[in-house]
Amino acid sequence: MSFRTYAQVSGTDSSGLADQIAAQRAQVRERLRSVRRVVAVMSGKGGVGKSFVTAALAARAAARWPDRVGVVDADLRSPTVARLLGAAGPLRVTDAGVHPATGTGGVRVMSTEFLLDAGRPLAWREPGAEQFVWRGTLEAGVLREFLGDVVWGELELLLVDLPPGADGVADLAALVPELTGALAVTIPSDEARQSVARALRAAVEAGIRPLGVIENMAGYRCAGCGQTNPLFPGDAGAALAAEFGIPLLVRLPFVAGAGPAREAAGAERIVEALA
Amino acid sequence: MKFLCLECDEQMRFAERQQPGDGTFAAAFHCPKCGRSVALLANPMETQLVSSLGVKIGGRTLDRQPMELARGAMLGRDDAFDDGKGNDGGKGEGGRGKEPLPAPTWSADATERLERVPNFVRGMVKRIYADYAKEHGLAEITPEVMDRARSELGLEGL
Repeated sequence: MSFRTYAQVSGTDSSGLADQIAAQRAQVRERLRSVRRVVAVMSGKGGVGKSFVTAALAARAAARWPDRVGVVDADLRSPTVARLLGAAGPLRVTDAGVHPATGTGGVRVMSTEFLLDAGRPLAWREPGAEQFVWRGTLEAGVLREFLGDVVWGELELLLVDLPPGADGVADLAALVPELTGALAVTIPSDEARQSVARALRAAVEAGIRPLGVIENMAGYRCAGCGQTNPLFPGDAGAALAAEFGIPLLVRLPFVAGAGPAREAAGAERIVEALA
Repeated sequence: MKFLCLECDEQMRFAERQQPGDGTFAAAFHCPKCGRSVALLANPMETQLVSSLGVKIGGRTLDRQPMELARGAMLGRDDAFDDGKGNDGGKGEGGRGKEPLPAPTWSADATERLERVPNFVRGMVKRIYADYAKEHGLAEITPEVMDRARSELGLEGL
């Protein structure tokens, strides 16, 4: 017995899965049609202050473009950016979709922070076992819904705060082919440089344009005397910028007790670069 | 996915789907030429794989709901979403430009069953059953109607 191939059987797909996946992609594309720039904020390494930088950048961008800035917290398992921006649920649902929460300066925010019970980890109803097999698929689906089912409206800038690691940026590129580019956040250490370099390489290989490097915790600024002293050894920001031929957009010192607003001057430089 | 009737060399057509329990997903296909039917039985792992993609075997019979996957599959807080219209969710009578239809009533048993659905998704679930009842001209939603809707619409776990 010899079988024809799938393509040789000319009828339409009986499961309808391909059409539905295509419709999901179309929904994301259509929803983001009114968004001028979609920029990923990424880092290969956790704990570098990526969400903090994202919040500062969003707040600063909102000063330039009032009510026209949004943030997708793609760090589904460890959401923090919504809290930094002072955004809270519940989320309003209409026929148009789910409306984002509003934070500092009118920044529109979507995050699992609004969906998860306080202190509870990201978890799924089904199945009880073997969750590791499809957890990634479910998370990718939720990120797709954050992009495609949310009423973002007319935006000048939509920032996507990615989880630490190298693969998130490639997943985002698959969902949003029109991605404007990616900002990489690092701290000065050589360990961070290696990790962020991997993530940047993944971005480049996924066809994403790296827009620049932000070096966070570049020294410790004394609140008393105002002097900045070294905090971590290394020059990862400059090294990454040179390796990838992209600008080192800003070096932000650590200031104890300061909120995202303290990034204003540095964030303004990044907004200028994106404008 | 395509099913070919080897006897007729004809592509079989999707007929219906059911979730009879134990995480099994069943989809029936029939040959338009000879009428022969076959059923695809997916094990729970395969069922979950398809559910995780946010798609329905055989295509959708109801419009997608906003953030359907996050609202239906994620364990979360009861008050995460506010549809602003109670459980009706803005898709009440004539909500999408159709002829106004009387809202179906809920039997006591059906109401009790609905109350077991987490608040997190209850509004969406109620809306789906109400839409199903309207489309089928049913004046009352009973547990039997809910079972039928679940089978026909592939509403796992609702």
